Amino acid sequence: MLTAHWLYGLSGCLIMTFGLRAVLLNDSLLQRIIALNVMGTGVFMILITIAYRGPDAAPDPIPHALVLTGIVVAVSATALALTLIRRLTEEQDND
Amino acid sequence: MNATNMLFLDILLVIALLSLAWATLTATDARRSVILFIAFGLVLTLAWARLLAPDVALAEAAIGAGLSGALLLAAVQHHPRRALSSERQNTGKLANEKQNDSNPADLKSSVAIRWTLTLFCIALAFVLIWALLQALSSETSDTLAQSVSANLANSGVSNPVTAVLLNFRAYDTLLELAVLLTAVLGIFALSEQRTGYLPAGPVFNGLVSWLVPALILMAGYLLWVGAHAPGGAFQAGATLAAAGVILRLAGKRNIGLPVSKSYLNIILVIGSGLFLLVGLTMLALGRPFLDYPPAMAGYLILLIETAAMISIAATLILAFLGGRPRNREDRSC
Repeated sequence: MLTAHWLYGLSGCLIMTFGLRAVLLNDSLLQRIIALNVMGTGVFMILITIAYRGPDAAPDPIPHALVLTGIVVAVSATALALTLIRRLTEEQDND
Repeated sequence: MNATNMLFLDILLVIALLSLAWATLTATDARRSVILFIAFGLVLTLAWARLLAPDVALAEAAIGAGLSGALLLAAVQHHPRRALSSERQNTGKLANEKQNDSNPADLKSSVAIRWTLTLFCIALAFVLIWALLQALSSETSDTLAQSVSANLANSGVSNPVTAVLLNFRAYDTLLELAVLLTAVLGIFALSEQRTGYLPAGPVFNGLVSWLVPALILMAGYLLWVGAHAPGGAFQAGATLAAAGVILRLAGKRNIGLPVSKSYLNIILVIGSGLFLLVGLTMLALGRPFLDYPPAMAGYLILLIETAAMISIAATLILAFLGGRPRNREDRSC
């Protein structure tokens, strides 16, 4: 039977694929980074949905820990990517 | 709580998430994308809370929406023209090559590529949904979650997520701190910090003098409470970094970071360094790497988390600065 938390899992799948399409097709580097973050969020939604055990049961802590790690790794990758873009534009301006 | 009401809320949240994600990804203007992304992160926080993941909700609010948003906004602010517009300016094409871009044959192939990739993504969505439905409908034996709850009493903390992060899967968190350190080294290698902001006016300064101490206090609370309730080093570090971002926006010179370069290096490394030291001490005591004695586990986790919080906060503040600090103690190599 389709319960409410499945909705989040399904939208996680959709958000991940929306994000992947934008990563592949967007021309702007900054928007590609945003798309990569959105894509990661879709993956996190799938993981958290799998961890959910119903309104009264405690959820599985391992996917939660994975997602926490994922959020921090995503922000550090984003920071590095933004610095790379900045350096790239500086180099292009110098040309 | 009435189940029908909750279902209504779930449907609203899911529609909001899907439309915000779509709007973020299809916006033509980069600034609009960033702002929609922040809104998406905030709505997502509600979804995490609804799915009984309060630790993740806190991290999403502080890091996913908050600090990522600040980093992206700063990036948009400092590059109004290049690398941002949706046109192909960033590929470094010359004017005559640009003309080739718009000739019909190329256009057709790019439309073909677009449709192929879109169809591939739709197919991938179906595969993912099918796999998810398989995973959700199969009755799993859940051995990992069971062993977490069976061993929680020996972990030194009572919040299962903190137990997994800092005790059962401490390896992952150690390597995660190494990832943060690598990212900050990359940022240092690539660039110097951006020019600062103008000093703030009296109203914003007044707000800063209230907000910064409150954020520091809240970081301490999140760090302490992580042992038995949602919270922990990552949420605390992000809150502390938010204080640094606010000081930076107010045009303060030393935004909570040490002026001396060697002290700065120490606080960047202390998180992973102390973690590693604790792990090696366990080896020296004849235990497996990072396997704490149950009686000491609570204190060791608090020690590691405090050091990790400092390093995480410093890393995120430096990421917001956008490069290695300028105007500090000169040390040429």
